[in-house]
Amino acid sequence: MAALTKEETEALIQEVLEIYPEQARKDRAKHLAVNDQSLEKSNKCITSNRKSLPGTMTIRGCAYAGSKGVVWGPIKDMIHISHGPVGCGQYSRAGRRNYYVGTTGVNAFGTRNFTSDFQEKDIVFGGDKKLAKIMTEIEALFPLHKGISIQSECPIGLIGDDIEAVAKKANKEIGKPVVPVRCEGFRGVSQSLGHHIANDAIRDWVLENRDGDDSFPTTPYDVAVIGDYNIGGDAWASRTLLEEMGLRVVAQWSGDGTIAEMEKTPKVKLNLIHCYRSMNYIARHMEEKYKIPWIEYNFFGPTKIAESLRKIAALFDETIQAGAERVIAKYQAEYEAVIAKYKPRLQGKRVMLYVGGLRPRHVIGAYEDLGMEVVGTGYEFGHNDDYDRTIKEMGNATLIYDDVTGYEFEEFVKRVKPDLIGSGIKEKYIFQKMGIPFRQMHSWDYSGPYHGYDGFAIFARDMDMTLNNPCWKQVNVPWKTADSSKVAVAAGA
Amino acid sequence: MPNVMLKKNTEGKLVFYVPKKDLEEVAESVEFDSPEKWGGEVVLSDGSTYYFEPQPQPDFPVTLRAKRLDSGE
Repeated sequence: MAALTKEETEALIQEVLEIYPEQARKDRAKHLAVNDQSLEKSNKCITSNRKSLPGTMTIRGCAYAGSKGVVWGPIKDMIHISHGPVGCGQYSRAGRRNYYVGTTGVNAFGTRNFTSDFQEKDIVFGGDKKLAKIMTEIEALFPLHKGISIQSECPIGLIGDDIEAVAKKANKEIGKPVVPVRCEGFRGVSQSLGHHIANDAIRDWVLENRDGDDSFPTTPYDVAVIGDYNIGGDAWASRTLLEEMGLRVVAQWSGDGTIAEMEKTPKVKLNLIHCYRSMNYIARHMEEKYKIPWIEYNFFGPTKIAESLRKIAALFDETIQAGAERVIAKYQAEYEAVIAKYKPRLQGKRVMLYVGGLRPRHVIGAYEDLGMEVVGTGYEFGHNDDYDRTIKEMGNATLIYDDVTGYEFEEFVKRVKPDLIGSGIKEKYIFQKMGIPFRQMHSWDYSGPYHGYDGFAIFARDMDMTLNNPCWKQVNVPWKTADSSKVAVAAGA
Repeated sequence: MPNVMLKKNTEGKLVFYVPKKDLEEVAESVEFDSPEKWGGEVVLSDGSTYYFEPQPQPDFPVTLRAKRLDSGE
């Protein structure tokens, strides 16, 4: 199917919106747009970071997910207590595949679930005593942990427990950082506020810990990788490239990261931001307080990697700039072979994306390197500044959808007929049952890494494996068979 | 009276960031822009105008309180 024109795309949006009642239609219309590269600012065409409409199937998460699941969770040598009922922690445990090195349960705790398991009496009488007891127990059972964070679930805010006081007391008792995080799930409209709250907690409780302590030897080439959660090993694939070009990576935030690394981050010369949405807050804070500049980079696909490596190198001296060229040259044969192998199999295929904070725009380059085209993209919880950055990456007349509802997404897919969809686990089986190849782009469908040159090879293989899988020919969906009209009538009756 | 984070970008222009509104804009003009006296009316590239109390030039990046004069278009 040929690409839609601008008018056709606009008509499609109108058609999809028709099913809503008037109020909802008005509201949702603001979140759907046709991309126009001539626009400088996204707020002219799209509204984002607003409360989801009740009754529509949103795909968003909560503030707790943003703090515990994204920002704090991957810090491996800290114990993150899911403070509240048991479910929030248990059902989100280890699902994001933030890889780390360490012995789980001894000096690393990434995949373990620590929870205060609230019962009725804790709601009635408050959970502070229980929390204090948990921390004493943690200290006895896991003496090698380097700190504790208290991740509040909804009831903590509702009953008004003073977790800050408990944290301060525990900090004195065990002599390690104890960080209370007020990330109750009901705060904000999506996980995005959870990221912000988590960043603020790091700012208030962690970042200053080594101010005035110059015992850490620094070099002019110190950088911190911020907003890389090491999903399937992403941060490692990124880190090797930075180290090969001569930089010293002092800290990884927060995939495979430690609290010591975070405390040392104010000593670096440059902050490198991968996931802008979840960690720009702390980068901006460090810029102001410690005068550390920051830049965004993108390690998806060879074109963007080369661009980013050069952009980073330009902020350092000639040895690093030569290092960047050396790295690009070193991997050239490798990535050219990947493109030569997979591009003919993937050329011209069309992709629709709907992911979280950075991928809706970051992976576009990687698909383009493989000759594929992204025809629709959207963020679960992006803000205006994300869409500002997306407009330039996307082609004209492509679809942009913010906080898309289950219904809208299905209808768009039925009309645009992409060859591949990249979204989350909740969308996966719907589209697979519709007979459309699907990749889970939050945690790489149990594959990865996708960052860096090493990751690109895996990315290309995975896309080919999914798209050209013979199984899709075996899927017989009712509307594709000869007597589909009868089925539709029967379903409607 | 939003809190505004100000910094200089690589071209030396003033970048204006209001966290609560995700507003990230380049300042087109600053009324007073000398080391001794800085501030006054700041016009952003989207046409909106903000006002800072005139003061000695701060050390960017810095967060300051601004008064919103008009919302532009």
